Amino acid sequence: MKRALRYLPAALLLAALIGVWELYVDLKGATFSLILPSPHQVAKALYTDRSLLWSSFLVTAREVLLGILVAAVTGLVLAFAIHFSRTIRRAAYPLVIASQAVPVVILAPILAFWLGFGIVPKLVVVALVSFFSIVVTTLAGLASVDPDLLKLMRTFDAPRRRIFRHVELPAALPGVFTGTKIAVAVSVIGAVFAEWNGSNSGLGYLILTSIPQLLSARAVAAVVILSLFAIVLFGLLSVAERLAVPWAYQRQGEP
Amino acid sequence: MPAKGVTEPLSEAPLRDGGGGVWVDGVTRRFGQLTALDGLSLRVAPQEIVAVVGPSGCGKTTLLELICGLQQPDGGAVRADPAALMPQRDVLLPWLGALDNAALALRARGIRREQARAQAAPWFERFGLGGFERTRPAELSGGMRQRISFLRSLLAFKPVLALDEPFASLDAITRLQMQAWLSHVLEREPRTVVLVTHDVEEAVVLGDRVVVLSPRPGRTVADIEVELPRPRHRTDPEVVALREQALEALGVVE
Repeated sequence: MKRALRYLPAALLLAALIGVWELYVDLKGATFSLILPSPHQVAKALYTDRSLLWSSFLVTAREVLLGILVAAVTGLVLAFAIHFSRTIRRAAYPLVIASQAVPVVILAPILAFWLGFGIVPKLVVVALVSFFSIVVTTLAGLASVDPDLLKLMRTFDAPRRRIFRHVELPAALPGVFTGTKIAVAVSVIGAVFAEWNGSNSGLGYLILTSIPQLLSARAVAAVVILSLFAIVLFGLLSVAERLAVPWAYQRQGEP
Repeated sequence: MPAKGVTEPLSEAPLRDGGGGVWVDGVTRRFGQLTALDGLSLRVAPQEIVAVVGPSGCGKTTLLELICGLQQPDGGAVRADPAALMPQRDVLLPWLGALDNAALALRARGIRREQARAQAAPWFERFGLGGFERTRPAELSGGMRQRISFLRSLLAFKPVLALDEPFASLDAITRLQMQAWLSHVLEREPRTVVLVTHDVEEAVVLGDRVVVLSPRPGRTVADIEVELPRPRHRTDPEVVALREQALEALGVVE
């Protein structure tokens, strides 16, 4: 009961927003609803187009999940390399930052030209938009180790690799989770953009083809699914984080 | 420009338990414009406990880091047997249980987890920490954390222990308990100890000798032998007298 009450404000806010949206579209009239469909039209599309939406979702979900995996692996490898080598930091960090300034709209067609219409160019785009936050937060975690602790380890004659394994890597784990949680949200946008260039399936493709057909309710239904997907992924990562790094949630004196 | 100083071990094969000496000769250490230590000399005999007291910022931590080989002197020479540091804040690893924290020095040497635990466990009992093996640092009291921190440095099995204001962060009552505890532990586990503190009373209660440093740049202004039986109490007239002597050297009392 108490648990349910905790979610009451969120539910009320959502209900109020949907109510205002519904009222606004109804007042604007039928033509306007072709541009912005009302919530009940979206709900209807969610139901009638459910098999199309589901099969499209499976395509996009695969791109997002595999893309995040690629982003996590490259992000971690890059962060470790930058952490260990001053030279790599000087050489690669500016490029890592620059990579985030490249607009995906420019890049996606080029990737489609190089890599074809399959899943690979989508993975590249998803990984490109989402690896950056993982690099930055992992590096911050690695650097968060108390200098006194590093001195202590040196008086214990610990070689560099054991300082990394016993001290720096565990200290960086919360940062890895934070970076991946940020990555989840942007990765969905990345997948949609990638599908707008050279694809014939997925929720992004569905949105792209629905709008010119004035099937805006279907497009918004696709957006609703994408949002829910991002929320679920974020939630799963939060659960995994609490299981993997419980100590990061304990403050001294309040276990 | 004075010759670049050196830090080197006194002997090729230091003793595993106890033993070990420290020889600091006319050491100068500068950080840019700031001179932290200026011609400081200090000798610590094997198994001797030397307490170094001085006002804040007189280079006490710098002295310990020189002894531990974490810094190099700008002038003079430091020769010391291998030393393990106990930093001022406990810096325990929040993700490890208390026993694993205590065994960190063993893990740093590449000993496997189970073996490191087995090696640390009997010490854990002896240090009055039994029953808290798996407890994470966040759930332990300040005194317990300092004990684990001390044990962690002890288990590096270095002949010299460099203690940097080990009880400065504790409340007054816990600090007194911890001083008695440390005195007791060192009687059973003799080590060469350099104990840095700003607490003159602590220095007299724990040290075989009290070395008083001047404000920055740090220089020795007094070297007081404490030839009193242990355990010592801060209210013992002899302790009080030596405390006054040290405070006088610090220029606190006339």
